[in-house]
Amino acid sequence: MTALITVTDLTMGWSDHDLLERQSFEVNRGEVFAILGRSGCGKSTLLRYLTGLDEAKSGTVTIDGIGPPSLEAGRPAFGVMFQSGALFGSMTVGENLALALAEWTDLPPKAVAAIVRAKLRLVGLQGSEYKHPSELSGGMRKRAAIARALTLEPSLIFLDEPSAGLDPVSAAELDQLILTLNNALGLTVVLATHDLDSIFMIATRCILLDRETKSIIARGDPRSLRDGSVVPAVHQFFSRTTKDAK
Amino acid sequence: MQDRRNEVSRDGSDRAFSVEFLDPGAGVVEVRLGGKLAFADAASLWTDLCTHLTPAISGDVRFDLSAIESIDGGAMALLVQVKWNLQTAGVRCEFVGGAGTVQTILDLYEGEAAPTPRPPHVPVGVFAMIGNQAAAGLREIQLGLAFIGSMVLAFAGVLRRPHSGNWHSVAPIMNRTGADAVPIVLLINFLVGFAMAFQAAVQLKQFGANIYVADLVGLSITRELGPLMTAIIVCGRSGAAFAAELGTMKVSEEIDALRTLGFGPLRFLVFPRMLALIFVMPVLTLLADLAGVTGGVLVGTINLDLTLTGYIQQTQRAVAAWDVFQGVVKSGVFGFAIALISCHQGLSAAGGAEGVGHRTTAAVVTSLLTIIIIDAGFTLLFFELHL
Repeated sequence: MTALITVTDLTMGWSDHDLLERQSFEVNRGEVFAILGRSGCGKSTLLRYLTGLDEAKSGTVTIDGIGPPSLEAGRPAFGVMFQSGALFGSMTVGENLALALAEWTDLPPKAVAAIVRAKLRLVGLQGSEYKHPSELSGGMRKRAAIARALTLEPSLIFLDEPSAGLDPVSAAELDQLILTLNNALGLTVVLATHDLDSIFMIATRCILLDRETKSIIARGDPRSLRDGSVVPAVHQFFSRTTKDAK
Repeated sequence: MQDRRNEVSRDGSDRAFSVEFLDPGAGVVEVRLGGKLAFADAASLWTDLCTHLTPAISGDVRFDLSAIESIDGGAMALLVQVKWNLQTAGVRCEFVGGAGTVQTILDLYEGEAAPTPRPPHVPVGVFAMIGNQAAAGLREIQLGLAFIGSMVLAFAGVLRRPHSGNWHSVAPIMNRTGADAVPIVLLINFLVGFAMAFQAAVQLKQFGANIYVADLVGLSITRELGPLMTAIIVCGRSGAAFAAELGTMKVSEEIDALRTLGFGPLRFLVFPRMLALIFVMPVLTLLADLAGVTGGVLVGTINLDLTLTGYIQQTQRAVAAWDVFQGVVKSGVFGFAIALISCHQGLSAAGGAEGVGHRTTAAVVTSLLTIIIIDAGFTLLFFELHL
């Protein structure tokens, strides 16, 4: 497997406080890569650096050998689903999906509409084109946001807490969808989450961030880390135990 | 057997896929797709398929996917849509030869591709539109009155239990709405006084009545323009800020969170804003009066050859304490109205960013209208009372 994303000596955080200091890792092409860690350790912040929304204090991020990621450089090379969905409230769901298609392709309106319908069908939201985001439930908004992130057929997609706030069935369906997209389309998926069920079901590899040491304290197959890690913080995370638990 | 082969891929273009339309007989049109069907070529693929496969086609259509090396979701979505379009026109269609990943992606995307019916647009007649607007207006008035009622209750609650008032927020809001607005209030009112004096000077010079510029500027500024211009500035600055701030809090459920913590939004958010504007507006108005008269002084001394002392003495003769005081009283009422309307509009926001924008606009427009109406009411009242 070849590396699609390469992070080298990344230091990130705020002016007076670092979340990660000089950390490196790679995301391979075609894998489902999970960024794990306790609340406040910088999972979502790391996603912002990987997608080029924020600039790192030091270190580099390259995607497909090109970096740092630029959001102004033309048609986006990847899709992003934000934690809240971040659908545009003034547009219908269909318009949310069609926006990038109209901007970055020369498809006629009927073809754009066909793709919008297909993407909504893919995430189980068929018939929702003319609804506004405010008419959707939280889970539906997330699925619509995933559909929007997929409209330009990216080979890489970033998902921030995809299953947070979803009922178990919807969360499992979403996991299945991510797996199917990964298997069928070869989509590389990078997700920030702390949903253990989801991690064990879909993640090929993971990194575990630690806010105290400001570093990556574990990396590899999540199932192997759960079963074999002797590092207390790693064991606690994967076995859902507290510090004092025996 | 006629072979209607269309070698689309061999037309000199550099696309990575091929589409052939074959007629193998038995009333079947075979669409043989090959190569790499990627989203980048989707527009071209769509055009080819729509051009050759019209609903008027005779016979069945068979999409042969066996020669496809790779296909992505966007391209597959278009194939599925073309097949569905033909099927609904009565043409029998099928996908054949899909294997491995191609079949997986087909399974992923195949399904009901019917366009969702657009919600019916019910035409609204002129009278219905007027009626709807009137009803909406009445509803707004009703909600506004309910808001005032709730505000009175909240105010009574604070009077009964003074420690329940959000007093510590008043000073920072006064700073934001008052101290921060001083430069713009001074500048605008200075320019208003300056411009008014210039306009009057041209006329009064003809009658040798230069000195009366001081009367005109002094009375107009203190009784009308000082409070009014200040209210307009505060409305655009602080009124819009109140509406946007509270509106954003409303749509992001912060207001609900306050409620669940036992804080009434009126007592906690609206009361300090209202109090701040009621205190700040008279002070800003006094500063506005000063700036406006200074504008007049500048024109009087430079353009009309009046002395500074003469101008000031004439202003003192013309402008009584009551003139200044009535402007100050008016400004307090303006402050109350701006805060009330802006906070009410902000707390009525719904539906995300667009809703906040809509309510912010409504806050400014309604406040301006209300200020003008209140001003007219005061003018009429003082006239009738000979004040």
